[in-house]
Amino acid sequence: MSTPYAKLPRWADYGLIPIINLAVAFIVAGFVVMLVGENPLRAAEILIQGAFGKGQNIAYTLYYATNFIFTGLAVAVAFHCGLFNIGGEGQAYIAGLGVALACLAFDSVLPWWATFPLAVIAAAAVGAFWALIPAYLLAKRGSHIVITTIMFNFIAASAMVYLLVDVLKPANSMAPQTRDFLPGGQLPKLGWMLEAFGMSVRSAPLNVSFLLALVMAFLVWVLIWRTRLGYEMRTYGFSPKAARYAGISETRIIIITMMISGALAGMMALNPIMGDQHRVQLDFVTGAGFVGIAVALMGRSHPAGIVPAAILFGVLYQGGAELAFEMPNISRDMIVIIQGLVILFAGALEHMFRPTIQTLFASISPRSVGVGVAKGEGV
Amino acid sequence: MAEAAIELIGINKSFGAVRANRDINLQIAPGTIHGIIGENGAGKSTLMSILYGFYQADSGEIRVNGKPTAIRSSNDAIAVGIGMVHQHFMLVENFTVLENVILGAEGEALLKSSISKARSELRRLEREYGLEVDPDAVIEELPVGLQQRVEILKALYRGAEILILDEPTGVLTPAEADHLFRILGQLKQQGKTVVLITHKLREIMAITDTVSVMRQGTMVATRKTAETTVEELAELMVGRRVLLRVEKGEAKPGDVKLSVRNLSVKDSRGVVMVDDVSFDVRAGEIVGIAGVAGNGQSELIETIAGTRRATSGTVTLDDRPIDVTGNADPAELRDRGLAHVPEDRHHVGLVLAFEEYENSILGYHDKPEYLKGPFLNIDAIRNDARDKIEKYDIRPADCRLKTANFSGGNQQKIVLAREIEQDPGVLIVGQPTRGVDVGAIEFIHKRLIAMRDQGKAVLLISVELDEIRSLSDRILVMFAGRVVGERDGEASEGELGLLMAGVEGKEAAE
Repeated sequence: MSTPYAKLPRWADYGLIPIINLAVAFIVAGFVVMLVGENPLRAAEILIQGAFGKGQNIAYTLYYATNFIFTGLAVAVAFHCGLFNIGGEGQAYIAGLGVALACLAFDSVLPWWATFPLAVIAAAAVGAFWALIPAYLLAKRGSHIVITTIMFNFIAASAMVYLLVDVLKPANSMAPQTRDFLPGGQLPKLGWMLEAFGMSVRSAPLNVSFLLALVMAFLVWVLIWRTRLGYEMRTYGFSPKAARYAGISETRIIIITMMISGALAGMMALNPIMGDQHRVQLDFVTGAGFVGIAVALMGRSHPAGIVPAAILFGVLYQGGAELAFEMPNISRDMIVIIQGLVILFAGALEHMFRPTIQTLFASISPRSVGVGVAKGEGV
Repeated sequence: MAEAAIELIGINKSFGAVRANRDINLQIAPGTIHGIIGENGAGKSTLMSILYGFYQADSGEIRVNGKPTAIRSSNDAIAVGIGMVHQHFMLVENFTVLENVILGAEGEALLKSSISKARSELRRLEREYGLEVDPDAVIEELPVGLQQRVEILKALYRGAEILILDEPTGVLTPAEADHLFRILGQLKQQGKTVVLITHKLREIMAITDTVSVMRQGTMVATRKTAETTVEELAELMVGRRVLLRVEKGEAKPGDVKLSVRNLSVKDSRGVVMVDDVSFDVRAGEIVGIAGVAGNGQSELIETIAGTRRATSGTVTLDDRPIDVTGNADPAELRDRGLAHVPEDRHHVGLVLAFEEYENSILGYHDKPEYLKGPFLNIDAIRNDARDKIEKYDIRPADCRLKTANFSGGNQQKIVLAREIEQDPGVLIVGQPTRGVDVGAIEFIHKRLIAMRDQGKAVLLISVELDEIRSLSDRILVMFAGRVVGERDGEASEGELGLLMAGVEGKEAAE
């Protein structure tokens, strides 16, 4: 028997359903806000104002979104190959080491545009290496990738604490962080792009890595849908048996995919380190690796979905911070609850409204659904 | 005439835009065996699922013994005396026969009394219908034929007067199928009504009293079996005349293309699946391997095609060895001219989530004509896919459609087109027509014969004995991992059936 549900047109699949899910998430979040005695409409207004109100807010939103684009792409690439890379957090954290080494070594001799490519390569290489170990363990030993990547998050965290406290910390300093980078290790801000529209940005940290993130989103699209490697990754992701039948090496595809995934996660380190703080501090990833999972889920593992999903989470981060500041009853934890609701409805309950919508579509326009066409004209 | 055991009036059922059943009217007389025949996707299973309460009809009425009845769940169906034997058994593998029979009718919290009641009831059923099964045997240790018998017992134990069997013989040897038919005959004599759903015309002719034909969701005809012919039924099913037996000329075997020597294969649990098998396949011949599913045929072709590792033995392709005990690479074998149509097209031969054109290069995606550097040459691939769609009449003719949305026959054509159009020297085909409708079967058979006539070596594996017999120039029979006999294409069904059941070659020849 064929599936009882008809196929949806692309725009509904990638546009309508996420919007409905999001709307429901915000309605439920509204009830939570009411529960703590605040006006949900006012809260929504503050949230939106906080994210988009002024040039500075927009810049902050996009700064956070940059982190999530990198980690979201990392999760998506692995996901296309049927691998669940939970280790973006650790891969990004340890990649900070790569950024640090590149910047500390060259910031005094090279201009930023020469240091930047070196730092990109270093970050990607270290991130890829951190993903390579779990990938190798899976391919050769069958260790579960979810377990190993989670464990590697902890190893990365401990290793970075050790490095920052005992190795990278300059002498005579109390703070567990590297020295400040010289201008050769600092990325230019992108404030001028917003100022061109007459907005005031002041010191918001939006920087060149945002553009790198967009380029990477495009390259990931090319990789997945336009290259032989991407074809092999998708084949393995949908059906390992079919990949074996097609002569695709399991070991090779797992290792390459995870390294690409790790490299993307690693590039996230560029944004806070080179773009904003100009030094490596403890915990600079601040959960972006995990948010990447939600971003990839919500963006349906497609770069065209991941970029808006990352911006949405940027809005929740930036707008949420304003909201916590403006409304005394809404704490930072409330914002986490709202984020959780978005993840719940957009990710975990992704299929909740799908059957209803599919039935609706099938009854409105039978021609738009693939199954009907196929069956009707079958042999 | 007595009240109909089951009467369906104006049944309609749609899934989204697909109308699986349109305005079905059907009367099934009590105490008869009624066959329902149709191609895959004709709506047989949907209709029976409505009758058994898995689906609700969108409109229409069901009458059981003349009374209008609403069947909302399988419990309702059981309550009015309808029992169903599914194509895929619904048994708990590690329970005993007895435990499975009382499943869903356990009675009170402690099982003791219901078990002893079931035990005496089973004995009665055994006497009445010749349904012998050891009540204390564990299901997973029973052969398939007996498992099916447990399914029938389960239905009868719940008091079924009307028994629906969905494709019951797909998994049985010819001998087991005959035994099943005898049981069905006995059930009829005791006044039970049997509904038999199948796509095998031979079975319909052998045991039914009446037969209804479905096509594309509609009931196209109902006939007394005695008054119809196989040809008429086939035509009704497909809507046009069909060649049931393919025309083929003499084979002209040439050089040995594929040679298998002393091949043994163990599965992951260490059970021997292929046991010391040797044979040759020559250019210009079709060698068929017959056998009941699960006797090592699948493992055999997977090993030759490089997707499973052998424990010992050698295989040569064009006199050069294939590293079957080491790391045989399917991609390299393709380069050497070995094409493989796998048994399981849903998980192995195709990626159902891919668009059609993406599947048209699966396994051949390394070929330079499909690539531009590291990039896929999408235009070239799509043009190539469109050519194949036209040549193999794949419908709908849309290379951008998701593969899962093609019917079984068209999916199989996608695989065949991909493998045959690479012009391989050796073609290994597993279950080429499983789940494929009659019209496409004819097409696929002709293609395979054409391959042979072009001087290719074809190794065919199928559980459909008719298919093996009509296509093969030589037939090998596998039983319990061994080749137990070799016959020419003219071998009788009875003879092959005995070999398939493991009766030794000498006895079978007598």
